[in-house]
Amino acid sequence: MSEFRLPSLGADMDDATLREWFVKPGDTVKNGDIVAAVETNKGIIDIEIFEGGTIEQIMVQPDEKVPVGAVLALYRTEHESEVKRLTPEPATHPFNKERASQPERTPEPESTSAEAPLRKRISPAARKRARELGIDPDTLSGTGPDGAVTLDDVLAGAGPAAPVTKPATQPELSRAGMRQVIAAAMARSKREIPHYYLSTTIDMTPALDWLEARNTQRPLPERMVYAALLLKAVAMAVKKIPEMNGYFADGQVQLDTDVHIGVAISLRTGGLVVPALHNVTKKSLDQLMPDFFDLVDRARSGHLRASELQDGTITVTSLGEQGVETVFPIIYPPQIAIVGFGSLVDRVIPVAGKPAVRRVINASLAADHRVSDGHRGGLFLAEINRLLQEPESL
Amino acid sequence: MTPNMSADEIKALVLEKLLQVAPDIEPAQLDTATPIRDQYDFDSMDFLHFAIALGQQCQLEIPEHDYRELQSVDGAVDYLVKHSNGNAAAK
Repeated sequence: MSEFRLPSLGADMDDATLREWFVKPGDTVKNGDIVAAVETNKGIIDIEIFEGGTIEQIMVQPDEKVPVGAVLALYRTEHESEVKRLTPEPATHPFNKERASQPERTPEPESTSAEAPLRKRISPAARKRARELGIDPDTLSGTGPDGAVTLDDVLAGAGPAAPVTKPATQPELSRAGMRQVIAAAMARSKREIPHYYLSTTIDMTPALDWLEARNTQRPLPERMVYAALLLKAVAMAVKKIPEMNGYFADGQVQLDTDVHIGVAISLRTGGLVVPALHNVTKKSLDQLMPDFFDLVDRARSGHLRASELQDGTITVTSLGEQGVETVFPIIYPPQIAIVGFGSLVDRVIPVAGKPAVRRVINASLAADHRVSDGHRGGLFLAEINRLLQEPESL
Repeated sequence: MTPNMSADEIKALVLEKLLQVAPDIEPAQLDTATPIRDQYDFDSMDFLHFAIALGQQCQLEIPEHDYRELQSVDGAVDYLVKHSNGNAAAK
C-alpha cells in the first residue's frame, strides 16, 4: 500500500484543511490526476498525484486540518510491493527540483523520519541534514519560530522529545494568514539573500507592433497580452545566463535546466500568490498565452495546483498596471533571481541617431550575489532586451 | 442582446459582465463615466475577460484598437449601442 501525503506548497506552509475529494476508494488514478482540493493561506489548491494506481482508503475527511506530510489516502500502485512505502510528492525541498521538473514524476522512498503523520515544524535544510545525520527531527526541540526545528537545532544534536502538536480542526483562510505567509518569505529573503539590483530600459515598440499585427488577425479570446512576451523573453534569456534559474539552499546552488516562471499575481481580496507557469521555454507563444490566462484565473478563483506552488525556478513581477515605472523586486526564496517590469511609457529616445517617440519599459533584476555577479546579471537583462527586439524569435 | 435593447438594458448587461469578472466592484459606488481601472484593481487580464464576455454576448468582434472605448461603463455602453445594431441576439 502506498501513502498519498499532503505535499508542502512552499517553505512557508505548515498545514492545510482538506476541502474536497475528487476520488473515492476503488477509483483508478493516473500520474498527474488531481485527486483532492485543500485550503491553505494561499487559497484553494488542487493536489495532484504523481503515480498511477487504485485508491484504497481515504484517511482524512473534508474540513479536517492536517499538517504537511500527513497521509491523506492510501492507494495501491499497479506494481505494488507490500513493504514499499511511497510518497506521491515528498515535502518540497529545493534539491528535489530535478525530479519535480521531469514530466513523468516518479515518487521515491522516503526515510522513516518523514513518516510520522504529525510532523514537527522543521526547515527543509534542517530536515535534509537530520536525514543525513540519521537524527529523528521529532526528538529535537526547535528554537525557530513556533518551535520550528532549525538547522542549528539539528547540528546541536538530539534534545528532549517535544510533544507533537495536535492539528486544529477549524479551517481558516484569512487576509492575515496570507499576510503572514508573505511576511515570512520576504523577511527570510531580506535576511538571508544578498541581493544586487540592476535595471535597464527596453524599447518595446518592435514587440508591440509585432503583437498588434498578430492580434489583428485573431478573435478576441486568442489575442495575446504583451506580458506573455516578457515571460517568454525571460525564460529564453535563462538559457544563455543559467545562473538566474534555480535555487540556493543549505549553502549550495542548484541550477535548473527547465524554466518554470513564478508569476506574481495580486489577489482581489488582497495579498499575492506566485504560481509557476511550467516549462516556459518549451511552449510556443500560442501555447503559453492560454496557460498564462488560465493560471491567472485560477490564482484568483482558486484551484491552483500543488505543483504550481512548488516548482517556480525564477519569478517575474509586473507592477506596470499601477503606473509604476521601476520595480525593485525581492527574491522569492529559495530562488536566486526575480525580474521586475514597470509600466509601458512613451519616451523620446534616440533611434538611428535621431530622437523618436517610442514605447519603453523598465526591466529590473534582483539576483542573489552568492550565485551570480553583476556582470552576469547585466548580460541577462541585455539578453532579455535583445530577444524583445526580435519578437518573432520568441 | 437584441437590436432593440434600450441603453439601460445594455448598461445592465455591461454591469453584469463586469461584476462577473470583478466581483469586488460595488455597482452603487462605481462612477460609470470614469475608467474602471482608475477606481478598482482592474488589470489587463480582467479587461480581456470583460471584453471577451461583451464580445460573446453581443456577437461582436471587437478589434484591439477599440479597447480604449471600453475603459468605462458608459464608454462600453455607447460602444455596444453603436456597433451592435443589427446583430442577432446571443441570448
